[in-house]
Amino acid sequence: MLAFELFVQGLVQGSIYALIAVGLTLVYGLLRILHVAHAGLFTLGGYCGVLVANATGSFLLALLVAMVVVGLAGMAMYRLCYQPILDKPPYVALILSIGLFIAMEELFRLIFGPYGLTFDAPALQGRLEILGINLKHAEWATMAGAVIVLGVLALLASRTRLGIAWRATVTVPQMAESFGINIIQVRYVNFFIGSALAGAAGVMVALANLQVEPTMGSVPSYKALAIIVLGGLGNVRGTLIAALALGVIESYGTIYLGKILERDAIAFAFLIVVLMVRPHGLFAKAGG
Amino acid sequence: MTGIIGNYEMSLLTMVGITVTFALSLNLITGLCGQISLGHAAFYGAGAYAAAMLTKAGVPFALALLAAAAVAAAIGLVVGLASLRVRHDFLAITTMGVGFLFIGIVRQQDALGGTMGISSIPDPGLGKAGFMALCLASAGVVALFSLYVKRSWMGYAFDSIADDEDTARIVGINVPAYKLAAFAIGTGIAGVAGGLYAHNVGIIDPDSFGFIESITVLAMVVIGGNGSVWGVTVAAVMLSMLPHWFQFIDNYKLLVYGGLVFAVMRFSPGGLAGLFAGGLERLRRARMPS
Repeated sequence: MLAFELFVQGLVQGSIYALIAVGLTLVYGLLRILHVAHAGLFTLGGYCGVLVANATGSFLLALLVAMVVVGLAGMAMYRLCYQPILDKPPYVALILSIGLFIAMEELFRLIFGPYGLTFDAPALQGRLEILGINLKHAEWATMAGAVIVLGVLALLASRTRLGIAWRATVTVPQMAESFGINIIQVRYVNFFIGSALAGAAGVMVALANLQVEPTMGSVPSYKALAIIVLGGLGNVRGTLIAALALGVIESYGTIYLGKILERDAIAFAFLIVVLMVRPHGLFAKAGG
Repeated sequence: MTGIIGNYEMSLLTMVGITVTFALSLNLITGLCGQISLGHAAFYGAGAYAAAMLTKAGVPFALALLAAAAVAAAIGLVVGLASLRVRHDFLAITTMGVGFLFIGIVRQQDALGGTMGISSIPDPGLGKAGFMALCLASAGVVALFSLYVKRSWMGYAFDSIADDEDTARIVGINVPAYKLAAFAIGTGIAGVAGGLYAHNVGIIDPDSFGFIESITVLAMVVIGGNGSVWGVTVAAVMLSMLPHWFQFIDNYKLLVYGGLVFAVMRFSPGGLAGLFAGGLERLRRARMPS
């Protein structure tokens, strides 16, 4: 029974990783940028969620506002920070992004204080038992939310004009452009959706921890990087599998490896082992 | 010596010497050879722990420093081997992983003091002025060595690898050997810097060698100008003295760091060296009527 419980706990954690990592892998797929500041957007989502929830008392409204605000912030970030340096070597964008992330964390600390914010009346704190697994409503909602959001995303990508334009741009940008696809528009939409997902993840994590802190993005951000690398950079399906797998592995690892290795280091041990065997990630396409 | 400069200046200069050594060690790997590392603080930490454990066990300070270099370089070689397998973004994430792994392992080792770290590291017995001179000398030696490497055959090989690895391979450069050399030398020097650091502060803990440290040193390299020995030295001196000159920015230190790194990459990806070279170029053009 413990084994099953650990498994489900791992899936909850994995769903959060998935929500964060999908946005990151979308950005990488399109622009070949390791977008570390994505985690700053995740933190922004958490803060927006707490502020709106405390002001209005509505959790759903908080989630919605957080997603929209963070989505717009992501678009602004693309326009102001990334677009002007796309022609520079890749390390430029990576280091820029890290600088931006550190600055964002510091701004959250300086504006809202080092201890962050808490919910006045946190929603979804009741417990529900399904199949003998007893979790908080918030945790069930996180899993369900991840499934719904990512399902809708998959539908969008395969069934709508925009989704097809997006996939075409990822595969062959020049060809897509010559077929009349507005690449700039695709990039904006890409940043909006990816960032909004990170914002949603921020709100869900805030709800799980009952608070937000300036540093809440640090660990998830580095782990999300590990996840998208494991998933084969830019590969959405691989990223999802890697996120869930990592959630579960950590969940078991904490019990069985806790003496040797800290929980947060497990992801990287796993990552390094995988990369040594498969230098382009677990789910890289052949020859990729 | 104490007559000329006070205790405060001495401890400041000691830290500057250590920081410059550390920054130049990363410059060898990331700047000259083009292998990005987001986990360089792990080698600094490995050197610090190795040296501290040894002097605490009674080993002479000089030997402990050599051992620190050897331990860090040994780990560096393993990471260098990884750089033969993975490149660019994958290497960046792998080295970042090495940094987190280092902390994650050290924090759980009771033999290394766990999360508390190691305290009461013995004084190397050189006196404050002597120790300062040693740190400054190490910075000077590493700077001269970097300049020498840049002008040597190895420097040209590094340059070609940084520029385009595949082309370097085609023209017959032994890419794996040079990459490993860059990692071994760079991480070995970082180990010495770590050993100096441990004996300067007398107490170390795992969190002193985390991701922020790795980014801070990378910031010095990119702000100075990736590959430029002078640029990196100037940036390392400036960034390590800034918080001391402006005590009031201490609370904003990381914001300034993050903001600076961001601004330099956004507006002048060549760093200080790039700005300087660009300025010279403009001056020259202004003088020459075209």
